[in-house]
Amino acid sequence: MLRASEKPNAVMAHLPALRVLLRHINCLIPPPRTSMPALCTIRATCHFLLLSPKPRKLHATATSKGPENHALLLNRDERVARNVTPSDVVEKGSTIAAIVTSLGGPPAAVGIVRLSGPSAVSVAGRVFRPAKRSKNNDWKPTSHVVEYGVVLDSEGNVIDEVLAVPMLAPKSYTREDVVEIQCHGSEVCLRRVLRTCLEAGATLAQPGEFTLRAFLNGRLDLSQAENVGRLITAKSVAAADAALAGIQGGFSSLVRSLRMQCIELLTEIEARLDFEDEMPPLDLNIIMDKIHSMSQDVESALEAENYDRLLQSGLQIAIVGRPNVGKSSLLNAWSKSERAIVTEIAGTTRDVIEASVSVNGIPITLLDTAGIRDTDDVVEKIGVERSEAVARGADLIIMTVSAVEGWTSEDTKLLERIQSAKSSTGSLIPVILAVNKIDCNPRAETDWDRGCQSHDIFSKRVFTCAVTGQGLQDLERAVLELVGLDAIPSGGRQWTVNQRQCEQLVRTKEALERLQSSIKEELPLDFWTIDLRDAALSLGQISGEDISEEVLSNIFGKFCIGK
Amino acid sequence: MATTTLFTLHLCRFGQSFSKKLFSTSPSSDTLLNPHHVTFHHKLRRPNSSSAPAFFRRFSTVAAASTSGEVNYDGIGTADEKYDVIVVGGGHAGCEAALASARLGARTLLLTLNIDRIAWQPCNPAVGGPAKSQLVHEVDALSGEIGKIADRCYLQKRVLNVSRGPAVRALRAQTDKREYAMQMKSVVESTPNLSIREAMVTDILLGKNDNVEGVCTFFGMKFYAPSVVLTTGTFMSGKIWVGRTSMPAGRAGESASHGLTENLQRLGFETDRLKTGTPARVDIRTVDFSGLEPQHGDKEVSWFSFDPDVHIEREQMCCYLTRTTGRTHQIIRDNLHETPTYGGWVEAKGPRYCPSIEDKIVRFQDKESHQIFLEPEGRSVPELYVQGFSTGLPERLQLPLLRTLPGLENCSMLRPAYAVEYDYLPAHQCARSLMTKKIQGLFFSGQINGTTGYEEAAAQGIISGINAARYADGKQLIVLERESSYIGTLIDDLVTKDLREPYRMLTSRSEHRLLLRSDNADSRLTPLAHEIGLIDDRRWKLYQEKQARISEEKKRLRSVRISGGDLAAEVSRVSGQPVRDSSTLESLLKKPHIQYGILDEHGFGNIELSRIEKECVEIDIKYEGFILRQQSQLQQMVTQQHRQLPEDLDYHMITTLSIEAREKLSKVRPQTIGQASRVGGVSPADITALLIVLEANRRKAQEQSRYKIMNAMRAKALEEEVPEVSCTETVSS
Repeated sequence: MLRASEKPNAVMAHLPALRVLLRHINCLIPPPRTSMPALCTIRATCHFLLLSPKPRKLHATATSKGPENHALLLNRDERVARNVTPSDVVEKGSTIAAIVTSLGGPPAAVGIVRLSGPSAVSVAGRVFRPAKRSKNNDWKPTSHVVEYGVVLDSEGNVIDEVLAVPMLAPKSYTREDVVEIQCHGSEVCLRRVLRTCLEAGATLAQPGEFTLRAFLNGRLDLSQAENVGRLITAKSVAAADAALAGIQGGFSSLVRSLRMQCIELLTEIEARLDFEDEMPPLDLNIIMDKIHSMSQDVESALEAENYDRLLQSGLQIAIVGRPNVGKSSLLNAWSKSERAIVTEIAGTTRDVIEASVSVNGIPITLLDTAGIRDTDDVVEKIGVERSEAVARGADLIIMTVSAVEGWTSEDTKLLERIQSAKSSTGSLIPVILAVNKIDCNPRAETDWDRGCQSHDIFSKRVFTCAVTGQGLQDLERAVLELVGLDAIPSGGRQWTVNQRQCEQLVRTKEALERLQSSIKEELPLDFWTIDLRDAALSLGQISGEDISEEVLSNIFGKFCIGK
Repeated sequence: MATTTLFTLHLCRFGQSFSKKLFSTSPSSDTLLNPHHVTFHHKLRRPNSSSAPAFFRRFSTVAAASTSGEVNYDGIGTADEKYDVIVVGGGHAGCEAALASARLGARTLLLTLNIDRIAWQPCNPAVGGPAKSQLVHEVDALSGEIGKIADRCYLQKRVLNVSRGPAVRALRAQTDKREYAMQMKSVVESTPNLSIREAMVTDILLGKNDNVEGVCTFFGMKFYAPSVVLTTGTFMSGKIWVGRTSMPAGRAGESASHGLTENLQRLGFETDRLKTGTPARVDIRTVDFSGLEPQHGDKEVSWFSFDPDVHIEREQMCCYLTRTTGRTHQIIRDNLHETPTYGGWVEAKGPRYCPSIEDKIVRFQDKESHQIFLEPEGRSVPELYVQGFSTGLPERLQLPLLRTLPGLENCSMLRPAYAVEYDYLPAHQCARSLMTKKIQGLFFSGQINGTTGYEEAAAQGIISGINAARYADGKQLIVLERESSYIGTLIDDLVTKDLREPYRMLTSRSEHRLLLRSDNADSRLTPLAHEIGLIDDRRWKLYQEKQARISEEKKRLRSVRISGGDLAAEVSRVSGQPVRDSSTLESLLKKPHIQYGILDEHGFGNIELSRIEKECVEIDIKYEGFILRQQSQLQQMVTQQHRQLPEDLDYHMITTLSIEAREKLSKVRPQTIGQASRVGGVSPADITALLIVLEANRRKAQEQSRYKIMNAMRAKALEEEVPEVSCTETVSS
């Protein structure tokens, strides 16, 4: 039945293709007399391309021209052609990189960063040092032979032990040269390896781009085509949404302001180039100062402390509460580990215990604290003080209470202590109330609201059971909502945006470095615009933005020009 | 019988239904006509179309005679009415189009409203400037005329942006307006294959297959050609304004052309209106230059043309600089209500790069004074062009306004400033060959495509002229890719982008301008021009010799080494960088501030090289790293950008495209992926979707053809089986 209903659709879908085919046939055989207009349109599209190695014969017979079959004539600059060897210009298309194993779940043992494109091997060669080092520095891998080694950053520090799997074109997923780097599965490792690849010249892959390339290069069969299309469109729409929504955080504001500065500088310079005799002379010192301060901004943003903190620490969540309400159990259940010792004895946890979880790709450090109470025990007292300190430093607090005991006066006291902690730092730390041990008192869910109403300090309230794992998902959702990431589907859109912006900054840094060296070498003003344009382009929200028009309207808006 | 049939054929351009009716009522004509019609095309498209004109001539003569109902003068001069290419308009686009076409061997007719106004410079008497000069060099590299004429008729020449980089260095010439027109006219008149006729074209004659067959003039003449280039400039329904008063005119004192717009609209073309203007001219004898800042030409004159034959120096004239005063601003502010824009009777705003003086004063109120340039219009005329002073004020206020300028206190005005409104056809209706997408063989060039400027017009003119001739000759049309030239960039912008003001070429419009310099325009484009037959043997030989000298010299500079000595000392002094022992001359040239001249001074230069050639060598060596980097960036991009889009792609059916992209792409119908990506409102996601559709279509087509071949083979096998069987039967029997 299903098949029968699908069939007409399939036939319909093939109709355009049939038309295309018919055209092809029309082009190949001498055209029937009635098809003159079609022939003319086809003839109209001969192209003179810029860069093919030699002018090909122009007067190919007009009848053999299909849209894909034009006589391409290259009118490249003959003067340059004479001193460029063909190998300098054969490079086609860009090389992309991305983490291809899933992020956001519990850390896997191994994760994979994939590089694909014409310079995949040379990019990998720049970051990967095989254990068996060959004499010359170039990495010349044998296809489909795994090599063991390390990944180094640009300063030569070891980032991770890895296996490199080269799969040379066309025997690879994308039919381009592919190198997969298998490193340790933690997100920090994966992200560092990826970042090193980006710094070595790869571009961050767009969502679905490996599959897209596989398809465009002739892999995957036709029946998968429509799916690929839908998949990629959906993903790029999501990515574009994320980019356009202007999600706060990361480098958004910096990227925007840097881009504006680039456009401003371009405006100043280009106005002089196009309207030389109508403009006051340019103050080169001001321009150079601006460029200098821009590159300092980029540098400091890219400094490890800034970027890596974002990647490594993610959110800090302190779990606080009276002794023996199940804080440690909650931490163990959430991190799926036996990180904290759990006993029936109140005050078991004396020190701060850390455990890592990942929620939608955001690394979260859970901090289990000693139960906060007035105590005479010296060790426990120190533990309590630490708990309060941790609570003050956390991004988010989960206050745990016991459903069995209900809200107690001690809880009120504890809450006051937290509140005072908050006011001392001046910023509001959101607090989630976790009513634990809900399995022991199921009726608490309905009873609770009455008891809790006065405590509007709580941003969220969830009911959990550390033993059964009940309510942990609610807790994760509450956390995401509070940090404003609730709209992100798992896979980490925020992370994607950050990663993209990080790449933009890396590219900008490179462009500004080139620009500064142009200035140092006292190259003429026009050369400055080349790298400024590059910088502005890499800082664009959407790739391929037309900056010329923006610069022009700026020029006309800002300067009195025109004769 | 034959007469009526052909008569019918002519009527078909007036209305398809009418002609269809005629066809159906006369079945015999139907059978007679169709094959003829097609053969005519076939014949004409053959490079050697010796038999076509004969048929053609007879065809046209009979038709003309029958429509006018007069006696048939077959053979007495009427043969002249058949051409390969008709160019409508004798401005800067029209001249280049007609010359290129005629030089390619096409019998070309140039129709113009007034032969005495061929190649007229109605606005500023200048050629070149940033970006525009690149266009001129490129047109010249394709053997166009604009550069040569400007070189012959200059009053003053200056190179702008001298120290700002080789890509933005720009030559500008003040030209003698009358001399310019006369020189161009004499070239046009003396070019073989090129005829000129005064006429006002009012209609396009259409063939059966949405192809152009010729033009029809106001006085009822019909001229036939398979290619027609329209370069109507500001004349199509032109209207000029001074203050609130307007009159129909293409330029002051010249009548507009009427009727063509309506007929183009009837053919389904979309038209729109643009506005531009020109400032007042004053009598040079009434201006006191004593207090004004003079602007002299360059001592060492540069040239637009690569042809050394026109490099003849002449005496230069001086331009002057004056400024607006407080009184100028006062008069304008007091009379703002008298200007079209601020008075509110003209909505259209002028181009942003060419604001009227009232615009400047209103928009930049904090500026106390604006520069005004005074440029002579010729050696033998007293007219002075007041650059930067265009205005929409009524004539009675214009002289008082001019007299507020220092030096012009007692001036007399020869011509008032005026604005002109005219019809243009948004250029997305053209392919990048400049042939219209709707009508085969019809080309648009110049202001009709929404541009402004003589250089922009000439650039389009030469491309449409080349393509019109090639179309008539049955050859493939030429497209200059965006990355190949400023001409390519210009045309790509025109046909792809949504333009709201007259388009002027600017250096900032070109993404890869470092590769599109004026010094290499010849090595980018001359080989192409030679290949298609535009460059004669003399020019080609000159070109090859020049390239050989440059290449040899670069080789020499790489091999000659110096250690110490005067040159090394001077180089390290000028560049501030040490010179190592055994440095090549090439490495010296790469140092900052080191020019070829230093080599000359110390006897290391090559005296056989011209100044231009030395400059080429210097640029190639000095900026080699940058040039190579740009080239490789371009290469990366080009692979994807130049992928062809099928012309029959139904964008509305591609649901993975955004709605906006579907609409815009259906309108523009880009020819390549790169062009599609430059259409406003098309996002990178849309481009990805397009790539997927292309690949899917390719695969489908492949599968289908495989299937067809299999079927054919099966059928063949079946056919072959039959005789085999019979054969065995025979044997067995």
